[in-house]
Amino acid sequence: MQRKFVVSEPEKCTGCGICELVCSGVKEGGFNPLLSRIRMARTEPFANMAIACRLCETPKCVKSCPRKALTADEKTGVILVDEQKCDGCRWCMEACEFGVIFVHKDKKISTVCDLCQLNPKCVAFCPQEALQLMTGEELGQRMRKRAFRKLISETPEAKRTSKSSKDT
Amino acid sequence: MYGYAGRMLIVDLTSKETKIEAIPEGFCRKFIGGNGFSISLLSKYQKPGIDPLSPDNILIFAVGPFCGTVIPTSAKYVIQAKSPLTGFQGKSIGSSFWSLAFRRAGYDALLIKGRAEKPTYLFIDDDIIEFCDAKELWGRDCWETDRIIRDTVSDDNVRVATIGPAGEKLVRFASIVSDHHHEDDGRTGMGAVMGSKQLKAVAVRGSKTVEVANIDELLDLCREYYKKIAKGLTTTIMKDLGSIGTGMEYLSNCATPIRNFQGTDPFKESTLMKEDVRKISTKWMQDQYIHRSIACAACPIGCDHIDFIRAGPYNGITYKIEYQGMYALGTNCGIWYLPAIIKAEQLCDKLGIDVISTGVVIAWAMECFEKEILTVKETGGTDLSFGNYEALIDIIPKIANREGVGDVLAEGVKRASEKIGKDSEKFAMHSKGLEFPGFDVRGLKATALSFAVSTRGADHISAAVFGPEIRGRINRFRFEKGQGEFVAEKENNLTIYDLLMICKFSGNLWMNVYSDLAHLYNLVTGIPLTVKELITAGERVWNMGKIYNMREGWTRKDDTLPPRVFDDPIPNGCAKGSHLTKEEFDSMLDEYYTVRGWTTDGVPTKKKLIELKLSDVAEEVGV
Repeated sequence: MQRKFVVSEPEKCTGCGICELVCSGVKEGGFNPLLSRIRMARTEPFANMAIACRLCETPKCVKSCPRKALTADEKTGVILVDEQKCDGCRWCMEACEFGVIFVHKDKKISTVCDLCQLNPKCVAFCPQEALQLMTGEELGQRMRKRAFRKLISETPEAKRTSKSSKDT
Repeated sequence: MYGYAGRMLIVDLTSKETKIEAIPEGFCRKFIGGNGFSISLLSKYQKPGIDPLSPDNILIFAVGPFCGTVIPTSAKYVIQAKSPLTGFQGKSIGSSFWSLAFRRAGYDALLIKGRAEKPTYLFIDDDIIEFCDAKELWGRDCWETDRIIRDTVSDDNVRVATIGPAGEKLVRFASIVSDHHHEDDGRTGMGAVMGSKQLKAVAVRGSKTVEVANIDELLDLCREYYKKIAKGLTTTIMKDLGSIGTGMEYLSNCATPIRNFQGTDPFKESTLMKEDVRKISTKWMQDQYIHRSIACAACPIGCDHIDFIRAGPYNGITYKIEYQGMYALGTNCGIWYLPAIIKAEQLCDKLGIDVISTGVVIAWAMECFEKEILTVKETGGTDLSFGNYEALIDIIPKIANREGVGDVLAEGVKRASEKIGKDSEKFAMHSKGLEFPGFDVRGLKATALSFAVSTRGADHISAAVFGPEIRGRINRFRFEKGQGEFVAEKENNLTIYDLLMICKFSGNLWMNVYSDLAHLYNLVTGIPLTVKELITAGERVWNMGKIYNMREGWTRKDDTLPPRVFDDPIPNGCAKGSHLTKEEFDSMLDEYYTVRGWTTDGVPTKKKLIELKLSDVAEEVGV
């Protein structure tokens, strides 16, 4: 089974931050982006996207943990945190290249996206449909289509293609 | 208490003292939040009759009970003070991540008194309040200030509401800009009040969690709204073109003012061909300019459209355009060249001046230039002819910095026309000193009434009756009985949006707006609220605004419109010949005051105020 993860499309993302609010609401029972497992990245007001755990095949956070508190679920790839072993040293944060694992400000242990039992609420709520749960293969197909459209963007075919085909 | 933070922060810039006060539940129930909080606090803390630009003025920021939750469009906040432009209630509403951060820092309202002895910015870091030196920031534009403060604290979760050079120079229509953009955050000169206090910015970092009474039901319900909003008609227009999309209805129906209200027919007035004007309203614009849409915090619509100019003198500019900007800096100045309008709008937001007021005062200056009341001698060599977009780009920074002719324009169209004289008051388009938004009220008569009676001056979002008018729900060319009632009802209802602090563009998102909002209020706060109570709260706060104005010297003659509305009929287009007569206008006012339960002088009666549980206020103003 191919692993699924949350993918964000910068072209559609408006930077509203609803995913952060929803995630904290569902997981923590209150609204606070600092407790969200998915985070917005905004380099300038016009460029937005949201990033959550990539479910790496060989996760550096797991490897790096000096207390062996982190493991990756064999089937889904979700990072599991052993609350007894984790002491909030933030070494996994140094290891993660995406900045999507963090130490919970109240519980003081590492916290990361668990995909909400493969039904992520951020994806379900995103009003722009900019977030999707997809496999690497699905992402690859989307990127190939996009690259192709860019290549022919100056031709009349491009306009037809962009109207008829959905960007999935 | 759920929903509310239950606290307000009082900052005295003179003594550098800060105080946190509890907001009792009874107060929350009575005034709901947002504008309700700010107007009661302003009435309580600010002495009557003060100079708006003196340390005696009080600057208030307030958020609503929905702020920080997933409720769609709940990121609005209100800024209030006595307006340096009108001398009455100053109010501007913005929307950004600033309000969310402020709410998470644990406050519902911020009250700023006094005047700092040197340029200062405030850093609210949850419970820690710092007075920081703003020497390095003084003189910088809003975007630089934002960037520098975030870099200084090295945290992008810090949100900044700041003034630009215009606020520092006390331009009477200076705005406060947060998060690089402002929606309607610019009106009535709140930036000048902030500048007069030598307060450059308010930076906020909030780390607390916003808790609500019933989170499961709230999440389920909001998900329904998000699904609905993706399909709604208005949403689609807003998503595709932003407010330009709806605004085109006004342009093509001759309700968008052109050349300082000297025309309304875009096909006749524009130097472009008929086809070109039409194009603006279609996909053409989207393909040509629109690059991407961005949203305010917690907004599923995303009406801000970022345009990317690919050629010409403004090549490379990336900024937004919306209807009021297109009118004020565009058609009203006789300018149809979109890249220039986009550039001008960017300049206004960077320098911190209100787009509408700036456009109207420039259009007035252009008419003065046309009538030779102002000549190149006074303008410092600038050819201020209608349609000269280079002059527009040239003069905006002059206004913001009060250089040359910009100094008199920075006073707003009312004061500038009084100073220049020579009958230029006749075409100074303002009510109570606040410049006209983009609706030609000679052909939208209920809107004319709403502009005249609004407590903050010519205000398009206090009643927003132009929609029903342009779509023919009510007669736009003749004032008919019942329209006064319609305006009053819409004012009460739209005030509710400003109490809960949600966006007025959320329109067709709701199934049944007021019962939906009352239900959401209950889910958030746990406090039961009926629709009737909610609407009464709207009426209460509207009356509070009125009472505040009375304290500051308001009389019936202030509820008026500029001479052009009465004397110069619309010259061309489908609304040709339409104008207001004095008799008609008086009958409109009479009906409106009667419906409101006010005397013919426009003064709320004691009976009305007791009914609204405002008897303490009634005593204060002696009615």
